[in-house]
Amino acid sequence: MSVPTARSVPPHTPYHPRWYRTPVSTYWWMQQWSYFRFVLRELTSLGVAYSCVILLCFIRALSLGPEAYEALQRRLASPIVILFTSISLLFVLFHTITWFSLSAHAMAVRVGGKRIPGVLITASNYVAWLVVSGILVWLLLR
Amino acid sequence: MAKRPIEPLFWTLFSGGGVVSAFFVPALLFLLALAFPLGWLSPPSYETLHQLVSLPLSRVVLFGVCSLSLFHWAHRFRYTLYDGLQIKHLNEFINVFCYGGAIAGTVAAAYLLWNFR
Repeated sequence: MSVPTARSVPPHTPYHPRWYRTPVSTYWWMQQWSYFRFVLRELTSLGVAYSCVILLCFIRALSLGPEAYEALQRRLASPIVILFTSISLLFVLFHTITWFSLSAHAMAVRVGGKRIPGVLITASNYVAWLVVSGILVWLLLR
Repeated sequence: MAKRPIEPLFWTLFSGGGVVSAFFVPALLFLLALAFPLGWLSPPSYETLHQLVSLPLSRVVLFGVCSLSLFHWAHRFRYTLYDGLQIKHLNEFINVFCYGGAIAGTVAAAYLLWNFR
């Protein structure tokens, strides 16, 4: 038996199945409000990261001394930083609201074999949020 | 996207960070970065705030908030870029940037809070 060589293979084109995929525009999320809101919700993570950086700056300034603390306050009051902070605050609030509505779907809490309705889970999240925020405000404004 | 055994850990950190940031971040950001610098509310004195952050409990909470929230950002932002912009060829770079950023932030938070004077 002879080993097939390149010469003995009859001329052919290799079979590459071509999948049918509807080409999706890179800007698919701009075509419909619900898609755009989805991307906005995903982008709230930028506000969260920004807030972490601010927190770390505060901890560093507090560690360095009163002058650094004053300097940070001044830097945070500059218009461009205030703009970024305002956008981030809107993002972070959007994150909180969407996260609480989502947790109603993600958490299946059962009491006595019955599933607690999602509205109650979302509502209890809001109550806990108010309590946590209240404690933070009290700690910082005392 | 390839299935990696580490993926469940990232999802856990993502949801943990989502909860923590939802509860803590809005009030902190509003007070520290908006209301105090703009003079809407009188900021706490340096000594008060310094004393507050010095408490071991505050440091643990701050570390948890910073680290988990950064991992939340890393995971979510990675998928935002993946879904939104169709830049699959940059996957490796995006992963390193996102999770690397979160790790760097975690190390910075640990360092700052551990050495807080």
